[in-house]
Amino acid sequence: MTPTSAVASQRRGTRPPLRFTPGGLTFTVLALFLAVVWLIPLVWAVITSLKPESETTAVPVRWLPLEPTFAAYETVIARGDLQQWLLNSTVIATVVTALTLVTCVLAAYAFSKIPFPGRSWLFALFIAGILVPPQVLIIPLFDQMTFLGLIDTYTGIALPQVVAPIMIIILKRFFDAIPRDYEEAARLDGAGHLRILVNVVLPMSTPILAAVGIFTFVQAWNNFLWPFISATDPNLMTVPVGLGTVQGSYGILYAQNMAAAVLGALPLIVVFLLFQRQVVRGVTDAGLK
Amino acid sequence: MTAHADPAAPRKPRSGSPGAHTPETPRALPTRLRDSLTGLGFVAPFTLLFAAFLLWPMLAALWSSFTDRSLARSDSSFVGLANWQQLAGDPAVWQSLWVTVLFTLLSTPPLVVIALVMALLTNRVSGLGWFLRFSFFAPFLLPVAVVTLIWQWMYQPGFGLINAALARVGLSEVAWLTNENTVLLSVVITTVWWTVGFNFLLYLAALQGIPRQVHEAAALDGAGAWRRLFGITLPLLRRTTALVVMLQMVASLKLFDQAYLLTDGTGGPNYAARPIIGYIVDSGFTEMNIGYASAVSYLFFAVIIVAAIIQYRLFSRPGVES
Repeated sequence: MTPTSAVASQRRGTRPPLRFTPGGLTFTVLALFLAVVWLIPLVWAVITSLKPESETTAVPVRWLPLEPTFAAYETVIARGDLQQWLLNSTVIATVVTALTLVTCVLAAYAFSKIPFPGRSWLFALFIAGILVPPQVLIIPLFDQMTFLGLIDTYTGIALPQVVAPIMIIILKRFFDAIPRDYEEAARLDGAGHLRILVNVVLPMSTPILAAVGIFTFVQAWNNFLWPFISATDPNLMTVPVGLGTVQGSYGILYAQNMAAAVLGALPLIVVFLLFQRQVVRGVTDAGLK
Repeated sequence: MTAHADPAAPRKPRSGSPGAHTPETPRALPTRLRDSLTGLGFVAPFTLLFAAFLLWPMLAALWSSFTDRSLARSDSSFVGLANWQQLAGDPAVWQSLWVTVLFTLLSTPPLVVIALVMALLTNRVSGLGWFLRFSFFAPFLLPVAVVTLIWQWMYQPGFGLINAALARVGLSEVAWLTNENTVLLSVVITTVWWTVGFNFLLYLAALQGIPRQVHEAAALDGAGAWRRLFGITLPLLRRTTALVVMLQMVASLKLFDQAYLLTDGTGGPNYAARPIIGYIVDSGFTEMNIGYASAVSYLFFAVIIVAAIIQYRLFSRPGVES
């Protein structure tokens, strides 16, 4: 609430006024040049996906297709596995996000507002957990999941991704900044901690919840290594794993590969366009800690 | 323990003082107990997941690293330091570790400098903010396989966009992904394109936090744009730079996904683009050697911790000063 509006007004304040100086023009040209360079691979992927397969490997490279066609999209969609991967990614990223929000909000609230025995050493343990890269855990986790019979299940793919102690720290910092008066007023009315959390703290925390939620969703959606290790059945693969391991095996059909890439990229690009502010906030909050 | 004794103290008299709330008084004593139980209940779900999917696997891997555990057999036996001795003498370990380190050294400078330039430009140029933010940040949102499908296509000899462009300006083609000397560079280029947007956003947020008055005051004093950049903006961004460099180095040390997919899982010619995590995956899942792969995992963990300590030493002091 207050932090966002402060940032927003600050942003408006810092934006330099429109001034057309030679220096400013140079900067604009330079910025546009960089932006175009960064967009070329994306544009090239979209263009290729609209070419007939025979045109993709033509040797003087042509930018625009001679005969634009949606044939590559039709083939990819008719095959059906991409839709399955999109569904799997959606289910897994949603479950990971929901569980992360619930478990981290509860824990962060407890660390911020409730005195309980062992609070400081448990918090220290979680902070230490940030230092452990998930990549270190793939071997023992695979072993453990095999033992539990959770390989090739949504549960097995999703659960290890929920353990993100960094989110507790981000949320706790936000909760710490909420003045104690609000919570004490609710306590006087006889509210317990769960009611204070749900009725007082959470409504004040929507920006940070959106930021943490969207950031977690993007990370879970794009996670490659663990889903790659723990899903061997193509029907359980997520978008990055399916596109990475199965799509390539269809052979060198560039228009189809690019059509699949475009379709696989679309959901998060749409999320970004819809929630640009929250995505930016999530990234900067998680990054700046 | 002392930390939570004092927030509880002011609460009790307040809740007990209003005479209207007589039922509060008998509850005043167990409040502490109730708080303890509620607190433990609130942290329990995360703690369970943390214990099951972080603590336990960490300990299990430590134990496995002293056994000959394999995916091919169900039984395993204690082999002492055998895995660690094998690791010390295994050239593939040190080669893949070198690939990881080299990638980190090659990718961190452009990922920091280009991000900074992008953020300075975006902050300076007016009217294009949305378009620039989208262009620079959108690749970061792509799933890795989308990135590698696009770049494998761009790196193609003959009809790939990059080689076609090189040919057009009269340069010779480069066998980006099939030459031992260029494959890691190709991974670096792809990574810079893919992930620079994250650092860009961190810099942009920091730049937008610099009050405009600072610049105006300097401009009134006659400082030109470059003097303001090097005299004011960059020094004010020093802490952000330290943070971006730290995050980037740790992220680069974790190289695997794009290197694996760009080389179709082979690690490139002569494993020139197989990082240490690639070697963990190969020895664990291809050779099924869980015990040995666990030892290599711990070596990687040690590298991350050492890098974190070095960075802390290097960057904490200037951060405190400013």
